[in-house]
Formats: sequence, C-alpha cells, structure tokens
Amino acid sequence: MIALLRRDLMLAFRAGGGFGLGLAFFLIVTVLVPFSVGPQSDLLSTIAPGVLWLGALLACLLSLDRLLALDFEDGTLDLLATAPLPLEAALSIKALSHWLTTGLPLVIAAPVLGLMLNLAPAGFTWVIASLALGTPALSVIGTFGAALTVGIKRGGLLMSLLVLPLYVPTLIFGAEAARRGAIGLDGSTPLILLAGISLGTIALMPFASAAVLRMTLR
Amino acid sequence: MSLWEYANPVKFLGLSARLQPYLWGAAGICVTVGLLWGFFGTPDDFRQGSTVKIIYLHVPAALMAINAWFMMLVASLIWLIRRHHVSALAAKAAAPVGITMTLIALVTGAIWGQPMWGTWWAWDPRLTSFLILFLFYLGYIALWEAVEDPDTAADLTSVLCLVGSVFAVLSRYAVNFWNQGLHQGTSVPVATGGRTVADVFWYPLLISMIGFGLLFLALVLYRTGTEIRIRRSRALLARSKRDA
Repeated sequence: MIALLRRDLMLAFRAGGGFGLGLAFFLIVTVLVPFSVGPQSDLLSTIAPGVLWLGALLACLLSLDRLLALDFEDGTLDLLATAPLPLEAALSIKALSHWLTTGLPLVIAAPVLGLMLNLAPAGFTWVIASLALGTPALSVIGTFGAALTVGIKRGGLLMSLLVLPLYVPTLIFGAEAARRGAIGLDGSTPLILLAGISLGTIALMPFASAAVLRMTLR
Repeated sequence: MSLWEYANPVKFLGLSARLQPYLWGAAGICVTVGLLWGFFGTPDDFRQGSTVKIIYLHVPAALMAINAWFMMLVASLIWLIRRHHVSALAAKAAAPVGITMTLIALVTGAIWGQPMWGTWWAWDPRLTSFLILFLFYLGYIALWEAVEDPDTAADLTSVLCLVGSVFAVLSRYAVNFWNQGLHQGTSVPVATGGRTVADVFWYPLLISMIGFGLLFLALVLYRTGTEIRIRRSRALLARSKRDA
C-alpha cells in the first residue's frame, strides 16, 4: 500500500504529473471572481467563504480526470485489480494521494486567497477547518466518479455531470460552516455534520468505487 | 408460480401486453376525470383564487417523480442481486418518465409560485432538492447513453442509482439545514393519517394521483417492452451477421 502511495505521489510530483495544476486553477478562479462581481470589499467579504469553497470544489473536480485515466490506459489498473491488495484499498490509496496532491495544497493556499477576497478575520480558522475536513470527502467521492467513467472515451464532461450532484451535501455543510464562522457565529454544527459526511464517505465509498471499477475492467 | 417467472422476457411481454390495455384505459379515465373535475368542478380557493387548480398537475407529478426514482432503485437492486435483464431495462425505461415528471413538477411549481409567492423560483429546500433530483436523473440517463456494452451500462447505472439515492436523501436534509422553506409542508401526511386539504379539492386530487400512478406504470411497461425488443433485434442482427 505504501509502495503504491509512493508511486502515485512520485508520479504526481515529477514533471508532467499535474501537481499544482489544481492549485493554479483554484488561484485563477478566485482571482476571476472580483473581476466578475466588482471590487467592492464588503461584497467580496460576504461571498469569500462560498467562493473559496466553490473554487476548491472545482479544482478537485478538474484533477479527477487524471486520477485513474492514465493508469487505465497503460494497464496499471488491470494489474492492481489482480494484485493481492484488495481493489478497495488500492482506490483508498488513490483517493489519499489525490487529496495529498490536490486537497491539502488547497487548504494551505486558502488563507492567502482569503486575504485577497477580504475574508473577515474570524473566518480564517473556519475556512481552513472546513476545507481540511471537507476536501477528503471531495477526493473520495471524486474517485467514485472517476471509476464510474474511466472506461468511457471522453468521459470528462460526463464525470462532472455525475460528480457535481454528489458534491452537494459536502458543499452545503462546508460553505455553511465557513460562512457562519466568517460572520462571527458558531459554525461547529455544520462542521460536525461535514466531518460526519467525510468519515462516512471515506468508510463506504471505496467499496462502491471498487465495485464499478471491477465492472468496467471485466 | 412466483413473481420471478416474469423475469423471463417472453412471459413479461405476454403479461404486459395483457395488462397494458387496462392500464392505459384506467390511467386515461383517472387522469381525465381528475383533471377535468379539478379544473372545472371545484370552487376557487378563498385566498389563492383559481391558481390553486394547478395542484392537480403539480402534486401527482411530484409524487411520481420521487416514486419513479424509488422504482429505479428497487429495479437496480434486483438487477445487481438476481441479474434479471428485464429489471435493468425497466430501470432504464423509467428514467425518462421520471425526469419528465420532475420537470412537470418544477415548471408547474414555478407557474404557481409566480402569483402566490411573487417569484418564479426561490432557493427553498423542497424546490432545491427537486432540482438536485433532476440533476441525478440527467446523470443517470447520460451514463446509460455513454456506455456501449449494455450489461456494463446496466451495472454502472445500478450502482450510480444506489449511491445517488443515498446522496439524494443526504442532500434533501442538507438543504433543509441550509435555508428555511417557503413551500408548505406535506398536505397529506401518511404517517399521521390527517390531511389539510378540504374534501372538495381532495377527491379530484386523489383521482389525479391514482391516474398519474397508473400512467407511469403503463408508460414503463410500454417502454420496457420496447427496450426488450430493441435488445432482441440487436441479438438477431448479430446472429445473422455471424452466420452469413
């Protein structure tokens, strides 16, 4: 398992691995928002938690394409499916490496972008906490979407259509926790529900992902 | 004699051919009577005037939109567990009917909301969860269209239906948390047995709901039959090519 994790991380970090693409996309989306809604700082500070969450979600979605497609093309997935390691575990590792290369950098970059969007000072902790708790769920759900569409040629758009509705509960609780925190309220209730969603998806989604991947590889 | 006998496509087609005339007839009568009675035979509401009459389209469509997804869930489970092709095709056949019902419910709701709430659309929990249901239907149908091998398509869409159901329920409660509602609660709570609709409106509504249910059943049987015949003609074509 650790070997697989190291391999995935190494592939992501080396040239052409796409590490940092998600981060750059996150940066671009958040920078484009003031251009589209105007530079008024009070407006920006109202929508900042939501914009950060939406940007993180889209950045996660964008990088899902690469999660399984390359391994599917060169046959690595077939080997993984016949390896002694259960496919569920292999996909959990894939989701983990996706989170380490996409989710975690987003969490770290969010405060800087929050500064640019004039996020209220009280909101920073909440944005970081909610993103840290919520992005694992995005990675795990995204792995399911990637496994579902990996056998389909040009399945990228289809995957967005399938994955985005599944992201709704995570987005609602995450953005709500960040929003409440930013206006000085206590955001712990949505934060706990968000953590519940993350734990539940981490526990259950790998089984669904492995099931659909087996169907595709059969 | 068990229910599973009808997993045989020939037996299924035979039964569905015998049932369909009755279903279409009963559905036609119920929908016509329910809607005509509702539109012309009931008094205007004290507050809402004649706009209340859209209820005879809105409520049955919304009811069937949810039940269609539920039927797809059951059919998907049967396919995953017992591998009956008829079941998978029934789920496939139900999806476009379900999305149409969802669309009817959304559109009639907007038309009703405009004079009553003063807005076509509000981010109310019920409206939002219906929109999400609509997106789930879209994804489900798109996945059926995208996968070439029919058995793989049936497998993948079945799992999507199961996972989607869980997330649809989650979203339903999440949006409750997210925004307070403008839409009223249910008028016909099944659990308590009471209802808040007066008898004059209730009877045509009930007939209309039964009619929409029968209509859904008839449409799904018809469309499943079509899917089975498409599958059969493809198999025949492949066989004749192989023999030639």
